[in-house]
This record gives sequence, structure tokens and C-alpha cells, in this order.
Amino acid sequence: MRFSILVFPGSNCDYDAYHSIRHVLGQDAEFIWHEETDLKNPDCVILPGGFSYGDYLRCGAMASFSPAMERVKSFANDGGLVLGICNGFQVLTETGMLPGALLRNRSLSFICRDVFLKTENTHLPFTNRLDKDRLIRIPIAHAEGNYFCDPETLDELERENRVVFRYCDRKGNVTEEANPNGSLNNIAGITNREGNVLGMMPHPERAMESIVGNTDGMRVFQSLLAQFQKTGAY
Amino acid sequence: MKVKVIVRLKKGVLDPQGKAIEKTAVKQGFREFNNFRLGKIIEFQTDETDRKAVLEKAEQLADKFLANTVIENYEVQIEDA
Repeated sequence: MRFSILVFPGSNCDYDAYHSIRHVLGQDAEFIWHEETDLKNPDCVILPGGFSYGDYLRCGAMASFSPAMERVKSFANDGGLVLGICNGFQVLTETGMLPGALLRNRSLSFICRDVFLKTENTHLPFTNRLDKDRLIRIPIAHAEGNYFCDPETLDELERENRVVFRYCDRKGNVTEEANPNGSLNNIAGITNREGNVLGMMPHPERAMESIVGNTDGMRVFQSLLAQFQKTGAY
Repeated sequence: MKVKVIVRLKKGVLDPQGKAIEKTAVKQGFREFNNFRLGKIIEFQTDETDRKAVLEKAEQLADKFLANTVIENYEVQIEDA
């Protein structure tokens, strides 16, 4: 399976994603500089974490207007798989590929720690190897992860089962205390209506090897591989 | 001409920075002030002279890029340089 990883000035999880895909999963990974217009024929595009353009103006705002992102938009419109992690999620909301916005954390602090996630939708290319009843533990590292949208959009996301991941406690209870950043309805990740674009604040690519103490992130990538094996190129 | 775009968080959008500013302001004794909201001002210039056209174009820019209309409102002001 071929992954293309976009690189913006200020991206800093691009190599984490590359390492995970190349060396842990043994799949193809290519970097795509934001000024490029050729995505190199990927099966899945990764928008990595980091601080694209120094988070100037708003997180993800500048990146969303880059030439490579124009291509990512048409790739997604044609049904291509796009996974936005952390800053990548912010870029996806800024382009309008996903609804809502990510605001400053309620606490104003940059939060870097593991969280527990409940997978609410296991029928997606990104989640078919996950289990609703089995929580995953994934690290978050962000200052702007507080998911916000208008009430109508929130209703729509919930009704259409597009809230994919929710912050919960270690027992799976979705509580206010388990909400690290103030996100509406404890939202940690959402998908578009077609289910081929996923944005999530937690970093599955940082939880892929037992040497780092956690392999729960593997399941997201294993889902993508399973989907690919089932359907071939997207 | 000078263009000024003022970007504000929409009503109802949580502003933790505004809240932090308020807390510190009150601590310093400024108890008569409340409901602090933090926004942005973006200023730029143009050689164009058609005020109406500049306003229209600046509003397009604000709508598309300078503000995120999911969470922010904007106001465009034009000043003669």
C-alpha cells in the first residue's frame, strides 16, 4: 500500500508517520512537499502533526491553501483515503473537508499525554480492525484540540455516526473529567459523510511499537491495510 | 488606502484566552471590567483608489482566509492613508 505524507514548513510528525509506515508496517511511504502538485499516486494521504507555518493566523489555515492540498481535495473527492492527525485534522477543518474547527484547549495548556479512546464507528477504512468494546490508548500532544461546531452540525455528526473517536476514562465512560481539552461531546475524531476522510487529534503513529510502550495505534493502520487488501487501490 | 480587518470570535464560542485575561485583570483590581474576548487586527495597504472595490475585495479575503467563519466574525475598515 502506498502512503503519501504531506510536508509543510513546520510539520514535525512527518518522520514519525514515515517510520511507522516504512519500518513498522513495511509499506511504501513518500514525502510530498507542500508546493508539489503530484501526490505520487497514493492509496492513502497522511496529513501529519506539527505546526504548519508556525500555526500563524490559525492552526492549519495557511497549509490549507497550499498547492498540494488542492490535489488532496480532488483526491478525496474521487474517494481517496485521507487521514489527518493533529495538525492534519486542523488542516482538514480549515479546508472545509471536515466540518467544525479546533479551538484553544479549555485549560490553555499544551497537553502531552496518553488518553483513552472509544471507537464509535468501526465500519470505516480507518477503523475496521478496531472494536467498540475495546478501548485504545493513544497519545495526544496539542494546544488547539478543542473541537467546536454549531449545534446543527453536531446533531448531524452524531446522527450520521460520524463521530469516530471519543475521549473516555479507562473504563470507557465518556465523562467531562475524561475530556482533556473541552471538545464538544468529547470528540477526538470525526469523518466526512462519505467516510473516506478522517481527522483525529490523537497520534496513532506514535503508538506503533512495543519499544515505545504502546501498539494500540497499529490498529488504525492495520484497518487501512485490511481495507486496501479487500478493495485494492482506492 | 489602508485596510484594517478586525477578526472576533463569534458569540457563544468559548474563549479561554479572554477568560485568562479577565482573571488576571480582576486580580490587578480592574473589577469594573468583564466579558473579555480576544480577537485579531490585520492591517494592510493598497494602491487602489476605488474605495468600494477595495472594500469588496478585502471582504472576500477576510471571508476566505483571514477569518474562519465557522468560529469567527470579521469587520473590514478602510482608512485613507
